[in-house]
Amino acid sequence: MLRLNRIFAPAHPVLRRISGADAVIVLGIAATLWALAKLAAQAPTVIRGPDLSLEPSALPVYAGLSIARMVGAYILSLIFTFVYGYYAASNKRRERVMMPILDILQSIPILAYLPVVVMSLTAILPLGFAKEFSAVLLIFTSQAWNMTFSWYQSLTTIPAELREASRVFQLSPWMRFKSLLLPFGAIGLVWNSLMSWAGGWFALMVSESFSIGEKDYRLPGIGSYIQLAAQRQDTRAITYGVLVLLVVIVGLDQLVWRPLLAYADKFRLDMVSTEAPITSWVYDALMGSRLVRRFRRRIVRPAAERIDNQMKRLFPVRMEFPHPLRPSLVGRFVTGAVGTLIVVGVWEGIRFLGQVSLADWGHIFLGLMVTFIRVMLALAIALAWTIPVGVAIGTNARLARVLQPLSQMAASFPATALYPLFLVGLLHVRGGLELAAMLLMLAGTQWYLLFNVIAGAQAVPQDLKYTAELMGLKGRQKWTTFILPSLFPYIATGAITASGGAWNASILAEYTTFGDTKYSTAYGIGAMIARSQDKNLYPQLMAATFAMVAAVIVVNRLVWKRLYQQAEETYRLD
Amino acid sequence: MSAPNLLQVKDVSQIYKTGPKAFTAVRGINLTIQEGDFVALVGPSGCGKSTLLRIITGLQPASEGSVLYRGKAIDGVNPHATIVFQTFALFPWLTVQQNVEIALKARGVGPTERRERSIALLDRVGLDGFETAYPRELSGGMRQKVGFARAMAVEPELLCLDEPFSALDVLSAEALRTELMALWQSGDLPIKAVLMVTHNIEEAVLLAGRVVVMEKEPGRIEAELRNPLGYPRLPKAPEFVMMVDRVYGTLAGTTQPEHVEMGTAPGQPGRTRGLPEININGLGRMLESIRDNPNQRADIYDVARELSIDSEEAIALTEAAELLGFAVISQGDIALTPTGATFIESSPADRKPLFAARIERIPIFKWLLDRLDATPAGEQWEDIVEELAKDFPAEEAEHQLDIIVTWGRYGEIIQYDDSEGVISRAVAA
Repeated sequence: MLRLNRIFAPAHPVLRRISGADAVIVLGIAATLWALAKLAAQAPTVIRGPDLSLEPSALPVYAGLSIARMVGAYILSLIFTFVYGYYAASNKRRERVMMPILDILQSIPILAYLPVVVMSLTAILPLGFAKEFSAVLLIFTSQAWNMTFSWYQSLTTIPAELREASRVFQLSPWMRFKSLLLPFGAIGLVWNSLMSWAGGWFALMVSESFSIGEKDYRLPGIGSYIQLAAQRQDTRAITYGVLVLLVVIVGLDQLVWRPLLAYADKFRLDMVSTEAPITSWVYDALMGSRLVRRFRRRIVRPAAERIDNQMKRLFPVRMEFPHPLRPSLVGRFVTGAVGTLIVVGVWEGIRFLGQVSLADWGHIFLGLMVTFIRVMLALAIALAWTIPVGVAIGTNARLARVLQPLSQMAASFPATALYPLFLVGLLHVRGGLELAAMLLMLAGTQWYLLFNVIAGAQAVPQDLKYTAELMGLKGRQKWTTFILPSLFPYIATGAITASGGAWNASILAEYTTFGDTKYSTAYGIGAMIARSQDKNLYPQLMAATFAMVAAVIVVNRLVWKRLYQQAEETYRLD
Repeated sequence: MSAPNLLQVKDVSQIYKTGPKAFTAVRGINLTIQEGDFVALVGPSGCGKSTLLRIITGLQPASEGSVLYRGKAIDGVNPHATIVFQTFALFPWLTVQQNVEIALKARGVGPTERRERSIALLDRVGLDGFETAYPRELSGGMRQKVGFARAMAVEPELLCLDEPFSALDVLSAEALRTELMALWQSGDLPIKAVLMVTHNIEEAVLLAGRVVVMEKEPGRIEAELRNPLGYPRLPKAPEFVMMVDRVYGTLAGTTQPEHVEMGTAPGQPGRTRGLPEININGLGRMLESIRDNPNQRADIYDVARELSIDSEEAIALTEAAELLGFAVISQGDIALTPTGATFIESSPADRKPLFAARIERIPIFKWLLDRLDATPAGEQWEDIVEELAKDFPAEEAEHQLDIIVTWGRYGEIIQYDDSEGVISRAVAA
């Protein structure tokens, strides 16, 4: 379990010095935001939503639609992962540009650009398609990055001798992919897919039930069903909606992800057998079935043989020395064009931002501070309960066996689906929205922390535990000299992802249209973004979005990554 | 009549360029392998023997010179050559049989024939019954047998072995060497020649008909020694010991005048001498073992056997002793110097200042100490590595500083704070 938990922890590249590439990327984001905001200005200001039914009989169709969006986005993410990761890993020069881009992309809170993306898409695409597409795009952005990182890291850690063996024995490109790259990346890819699906549900629930003022971007799906049910305070519909979502998530976990995990376990690289392999009853049943075995022997194997031969003809073995990559004319042209676009975009963007008054900037800054405090508060609360609970689970094998699968399931249930319910319960209370916002942020942060604490507690070597016992470490001293330092790298890792999750939740948490009423926290960057979209204030929309993205990147660089690196260097136990 | 040439390496050099800096991995290599040859490539770590093997098999292009296979220049992976790897390089997720089959599949052999041939090969190396096992279930020796079976599956003419026995325990290695020899001598394999890279001199003398000795900085061929011993070779036999001794002698070289031996400081013109990686306590043990010989002079091979260390470690230790002025080497013999004798007569605590006094004379140390004296607060690890990277490849620069710090800490003249990454002069206690 230990190893798997560590794979479950997200990938983080080593701290780089802030380079020129980073500046270019941030400027590129600014230029893109300007283009999107400009487009958004053309978008219809009033958008009618779909007619949703709360009949339970509508739910299967809604569930199907929701799953279809997830699958569509996941396929996109997989393709992106394979292509991007491969290109980044196969060439040093490309790597130097592509990895910083990915690093920054993954640290941007995806919900921050939901408003501006949705609006600009409705400006250029037919409405129905634009809504669907932006939902898929949003899910994609919540799924793709960590998968790509994992894939890239797997590719770069393939032992040189295995690579050489595959060349000496003349494996074709397809066989190399199938027999070397894919198995090598399999475990990381499956675990990250699992995480990506959890993130995907989170994003899907938001994008299905997204509406701001007169702009109703909702889509028929489970997310909008639960939201509507909560608005109408229809207990029966709420129950059905949550139940169906639960069934879908547990069903996918049992029927797809568990078997895949059990299967991927075959591709463990360490040459020793583990004591606690992942089990899945579905996988065992499939493997034990005579029908499946016969199907594999009669159909799968011959088909695979034919595919292999076909692919070998399509992509023949290359034996010659690869020619060193020279910057081609096309490459230079593309670089030049992208550079020009960025310069124009940034210039126009600055002029565009000129329309934002000083008072607005003040509000944005204040909003950032307030949201930052909320994020930190959510993180602190999450730490306060996850450390003791995580240590309890991690140091007790029996408890771990029972609670770990449960907590993993709980983590994949999207907090955003429950948000409307928080609201119903809390809106009439004084400060209820603040409380609901905190709850949502907490829900977005705590699981990452919990998993990491559990993994950290499990990773403490037995010898060290004995030593601590022999020395009679107790109470406060035990925690400060033994438990917390051992956990530190894991907590740092968890905190990076967790704070990302909390920023993300702020957009939704701070400003909500519920029924016909808008609710907003007084301050907060999330509220700023949503409010400027509602009021069609495009320069403010761009300013607030960019400010949030920039703030998150800066905090990441200055606080989390440093903490993480220190953790890696000082408190590593292996 | 001489056998036809299988492989010719002509004036091959390998130069790595990183920005304005260039490092020579190997220079001016000439080597011919004929049908029937069993050639062993020995040399200290960092002499480029593995690089040379990769150039010969076409895994990487040489930056200068050419490799001819049967008279034709190769321009990519040589389809007639194959490699048995040090770490076996088996696909962990494939069974033993699938690991052999994948090599056949890549050559376009159909499913039925693939199965038959791989089973026959596994029989041949004594792995019948293990076809459906995964590599992780096998011992190191058995894994390497799979490596051999896979290599033979593609019916190579030139079999290249990259330290094939060094990751195995002593017994497995010995058994596997014998089996390899039996296979090779049976003559019913399509293999025409074997090229083996090893750092184990005894192994080279046991198996090879020709021992090519390489030297480092830059990597080059120092000598080619014909091994006249007939098979079977007995490691205890006097002729065998003499042959091993000869290779040791060639490899250890002769102690040069001090300014040549020590090289120049980093950043200065001339070659900066890298420090060998050694176990410092092992150095004392080796010197003591030399002292116990008549005239305080011993055969390097004898010393290695007495301390039961392999030749790589023995060569590194002799190099360090030479560099510190504790011993001189000529013709395979190592003799204690007066300084060396004083060193081992001292108590462990007294050895430290002596050691410190010696290392302070080495230019790379002097250079660093001067820098540290100028900045009492100490220097950043990365900054020193960056300076060293002007004379060593990036990875080696890091490695060199590791050694410098270890030696300096032993001599109590340098201290290093790991959490701050700062190197500074040790404060006298």
